[in-house]
Amino acid sequence: MTALQQATEVVDPVPGADAPHLPTPPDLVQLLTPEGQRLEHPDYSIDVSADELRSLYRDLALVRRWDVEATALQRQGELGIWASLLGQEAAQVGAGRALRPDDMAFPTYREHGVAWTRDVDPLHVMSLFRGSDMGGWDPLATRFNLYTVVIGAQCLHATGYAMGLQRDGAESAALAFLGDGATSQGEVNEALIWATTFDAPVVFFCQYNQYAISVPIERQSNVPLYQRAAGFGLPGVRVDGNDVLAVLAVTRAALAAAREGQGPTFIEAFTYRMGAHTTSDDPTRYRLASELEAWKLRDPIARVKAYLSRSGLADPAFFAAVDAEGDELAARLRQGVLGMADPAGTEIFDSVYAEMTPPLAQQRAEFVAYHQGFES
Amino acid sequence: MSTETLSLGKALNLGLRRAMEDDPKVVLMGEDIGRLGGVFRITDGLQKDFGEDRVVDTPLAEAGILGTAVGLAMRGYRPVCEIQFDGFVFPAYNQLVTQVAKIHARSRGKLPMPIVVRIPFGGGIGAVEHHSESPEAYFAHTAGLKVVAVSNPVDAYWGIQQAIAAPDPVVFLEPKRRYWEKASVDRDATPGPLFASRVVRGGDDVTVLAYGPMVKTVLQAAEAAAEEGRSLEVVDLRTLSPLDLEPVYDSVRRTGRCVVVHEAPLTLGLGAEIAARVTETCFHSLEAPVLRVGGYDTPYPPSKLEEEYLPDLDRVLDAVDRSLAF
Ligand SMILES: Cc1ncc(C[n+]2csc(CCOP(=O)(O)OP(=O)(O)O)c2C)c(N)n1
Repeated sequence: MTALQQATEVVDPVPGADAPHLPTPPDLVQLLTPEGQRLEHPDYSIDVSADELRSLYRDLALVRRWDVEATALQRQGELGIWASLLGQEAAQVGAGRALRPDDMAFPTYREHGVAWTRDVDPLHVMSLFRGSDMGGWDPLATRFNLYTVVIGAQCLHATGYAMGLQRDGAESAALAFLGDGATSQGEVNEALIWATTFDAPVVFFCQYNQYAISVPIERQSNVPLYQRAAGFGLPGVRVDGNDVLAVLAVTRAALAAAREGQGPTFIEAFTYRMGAHTTSDDPTRYRLASELEAWKLRDPIARVKAYLSRSGLADPAFFAAVDAEGDELAARLRQGVLGMADPAGTEIFDSVYAEMTPPLAQQRAEFVAYHQGFES
Repeated sequence: MSTETLSLGKALNLGLRRAMEDDPKVVLMGEDIGRLGGVFRITDGLQKDFGEDRVVDTPLAEAGILGTAVGLAMRGYRPVCEIQFDGFVFPAYNQLVTQVAKIHARSRGKLPMPIVVRIPFGGGIGAVEHHSESPEAYFAHTAGLKVVAVSNPVDAYWGIQQAIAAPDPVVFLEPKRRYWEKASVDRDATPGPLFASRVVRGGDDVTVLAYGPMVKTVLQAAEAAAEEGRSLEVVDLRTLSPLDLEPVYDSVRRTGRCVVVHEAPLTLGLGAEIAARVTETCFHSLEAPVLRVGGYDTPYPPSKLEEEYLPDLDRVLDAVDRSLAF
């Protein structure tokens, strides 16, 4: 069997579907099947209370509701673009909930679900996509870095941050997010080298969502991504990215190991981008609708709902309440976006340097005078 | 006759197609350029017709795109690399500056580098960070690279073919906000040279220079100025490295006034070099200092502020007024 066949091994065939098939446990860590059945894994057990489970469900449902509203707002011209997380809720919420307050997350541009778990106001994320600012949240206060659009750059930042934690003797870790496409970037490979040679307390969380815009994994790797880790000298774990419990368990363990001085881990979260790459993208050009249909059967939220219902941990009233909360959230976000004031023109100049330089101050003054000329 | 109305994007597509038909060594490389046809659809349909070996969806790695292009060029291929957006050229910048630009000189001409780097550049499309930049000065500052910026479908159609046929590496800048602008293109015509600037509107009072997306803006400004009785001569620079300033000098010697317009930040932008050369060459003809209109010396702002950041018709006319007021 070639490495490529291994990567796409048929394990749980979905009738008539073209979906990449899920690899098998135990190589794939799964604690909750798509049907909502609880499994045990020899290396990753997790004890979640009923409250915790319900609150995980709530996070998943609310970030999806946020995402749906943002997509609608983009369609109505209120956002310039939106990068949907649809389908990746469990990967993001699971990873985000594994963080402790003192850990630091380094997102790409799609980690709205992680932002949510860090209590970043969704409006601060949406203002970026509206074009009002570059992200309005405080990256240090929230311990959620600003979005990084240049693919892969944040992996080195996370590694350096982790090296800082290490120097300071802080028992915290950094969590770097990246996509499958990003693994091809030189900088990501450098980050893995730095992280391992310095034994930095950083975890690389790669959401393998099957595509880098239109490009499938075959163009980025001929081995499963988690297996690459071995060559760099760090453990690689493949987790069902649509299983919030498994993601939580695996990420928690990796972060704990990092905090304890056991060095970095590479996590591959096997998932699927159910929406377009962004609202500018047209996925019908490069993938079949049947693939999406197949992945819908592995929906990350449905399985938690199934488990909660079946095990009697949540009743219809609970789900109705979460739905209602989602609608309230959506209404608040819509109102917030519609009410966003446009930034003042002088903001172009105001944060370029710690202290405004004389030539820039002059440009700013000319800018102000020029615009006043139109008013008078 | 094969004259038809084409958008700038479609003209590029047809130009690439023709270059591939003319020379089997032409290979297109880039992210999402195959099945998707590129995020701007410039390579639409080319992979279907020329196959995956000639229209290559690459790994997501710009250093890899340019670095492997060097090796392919050494094997006699003519790689045409697409960088998805201006702000994503920087992972490839090392290869471009330290290798692509210098290999011809290093090898004393034994290793030609006929590589084209297509970059959609400039702002005005309401995008997020890194999707609206004008990095041309970095390349024009690098000896060994040629840099051109097209402004219209005719130049796009011929220019891309000429760039591919050129023996040197060419950074080929495409004004992304003008991809949908249309013009009539005669595909049987004989094109003028690629590395030449061109007077695109005659006038007597002020010479205004632009390239890429700003050419249209400046032509609109010239139209507005004409209504107020001021006559602007507009030069489309077209080639940024090497610069072709003879037509500019001829013009400035007549008008005595010169304004340079670009989206890129002012400091050490193309305008600075041009102002210096025009001043050195036309000093005695100048009635006013050469003025520059550009982006501010700041990072490209969030899109809600880009109208304030980008030179527009009013800022061009304001500079024209200031020039005339000297
Ligand atoms: C250096 C760089 N090159 C190109 C791009 C354009 N681009 C934006 S997203 C993307 C694909 C990213 O794929 P992946 O890393 O798998 O993450 P995903 O979007 O699937 O979450 C590309 C090519 C970019 N942002 N940065």
